[in-house]
Amino acid sequence: MRGMNPEAGEPPAGIYRRHLKSGVLVFQRCAGCGAALFYPRVLCPACGSADLAWETSSGRGVVYATTAVYRREGDPYNVVLVDLEEGFRMMSRVDGMPAERVEVGARVTLRLDLTDDGPVPVFVLGDENR
Amino acid sequence: MSLRGKAAVVGVAESDLGEVGPGFTPLDLIGQATLRALEDAGLAKSDVDGLFSASAYHHMPTLSVGEYLGIRPRYSDATSMGGSSFVSHLLHAAAAIDARHCEVALITYGSTQRSGGGRLVTGSEADPYEAPYNPRYPVSMYALAASRHMHEYGTTREELAEVAVAAREWAKLNPKAFMREDLTVEDVLASRMVSSPLSVRDCCLVTDGGGAAIVTSAERARELKEPPVYLLGAGEAHWHRSISQMPDLTVSAATESAPRAYGMAGVGPEEVDLAMLYDAFTINTVLFLEDLGFCEKGEGGAFVSGAGSHPEENSPSTPAGAGSHTTTLACTDCS
Repeated sequence: MRGMNPEAGEPPAGIYRRHLKSGVLVFQRCAGCGAALFYPRVLCPACGSADLAWETSSGRGVVYATTAVYRREGDPYNVVLVDLEEGFRMMSRVDGMPAERVEVGARVTLRLDLTDDGPVPVFVLGDENR
Repeated sequence: MSLRGKAAVVGVAESDLGEVGPGFTPLDLIGQATLRALEDAGLAKSDVDGLFSASAYHHMPTLSVGEYLGIRPRYSDATSMGGSSFVSHLLHAAAAIDARHCEVALITYGSTQRSGGGRLVTGSEADPYEAPYNPRYPVSMYALAASRHMHEYGTTREELAEVAVAAREWAKLNPKAFMREDLTVEDVLASRMVSSPLSVRDCCLVTDGGGAAIVTSAERARELKEPPVYLLGAGEAHWHRSISQMPDLTVSAATESAPRAYGMAGVGPEEVDLAMLYDAFTINTVLFLEDLGFCEKGEGGAFVSGAGSHPEENSPSTPAGAGSHTTTLACTDCS
């Protein structure tokens, strides 16, 4: 029985989650073409380079698209796509306001929702720290 | 060498549709549709040597279908890209026939999602970067796209509703359609919201259904009983799996697949007088009308509410309404 390949190192998803657990949203920047990548990968989907560096996001972004998902019971909840100012997009939700009031184009700021499954990046309205 | 005119559809059929009742399996409906399509073509099951299928029910769809039907294909393709899979299969079948990998191809699909509990069956893996937010798929993907289209182009819920109303007008002309009652824009707007801005009447019906198409070479097709329907053009493109990876939610991969299909056929959108576009959600039809070149980007909403998609109008029309999956001949997209 062979052990784990020592050259494999830490997986991209593991690095992402480790930073998230310490309260930081990270993404990858391609040294080849400058693209900001999300989700974490081992190569740049734009140019193919494997030369990727981890960067910390400011957490400031703009709502690119939004929907309120309705349930049989309870209030609807929000799902958004957020464009972070560093140039990557992620799915998330905007907390602290009615789900159907979230608007495309709204400026939002990162918060971490501490769930039993670990921290989940969410957003609130506004662009504090700017 | 272009595949234009090299292959032809020589038989098509549907299974029983609507709500077939508990106990029927997707493979039962595939069996019904296949027998009827073979009869339409005047071919026997033993003539089939190429098998094409995709399914949310079966991990290895062509193995399951081949086993059920008793077909041992020498060419098999289970390319899976959602609702457009079967249009891709048409292109792939033409290529396989042209390369002499097979001569008679069966493309088939079946679903019992209505009798199976009215919920979409999904074999989809969860995307760990989307799952924490519980998007309701597939509707939330299209809801997000609709929100962006409304933001960028001023598209309204009323315009989206026109797509559902037009589909219903077509359905009223189709005895096999599942819902044939009157439907107005006001009805769509007042219906239960599912994933805003899409209400339940912006979403496709959940029905049972199966379909089959028989494709063969142009030479063989000319010997068969029905006039062949030659495949003139087909194109495919896909860009992403997750909605959060779609570069621009208002631009689908049909902007690439359509020019490929038009280019192969040697025709453009201005020569098309019947367009049957996948209308799973009302925003789909708006995006596809734009991306296939029937109107400018951003003008899909105006197009569907003016002339265009109702039965009485003569510009490119989008008949639909059987509520099950319909194969489209022009081009294929996956987004």
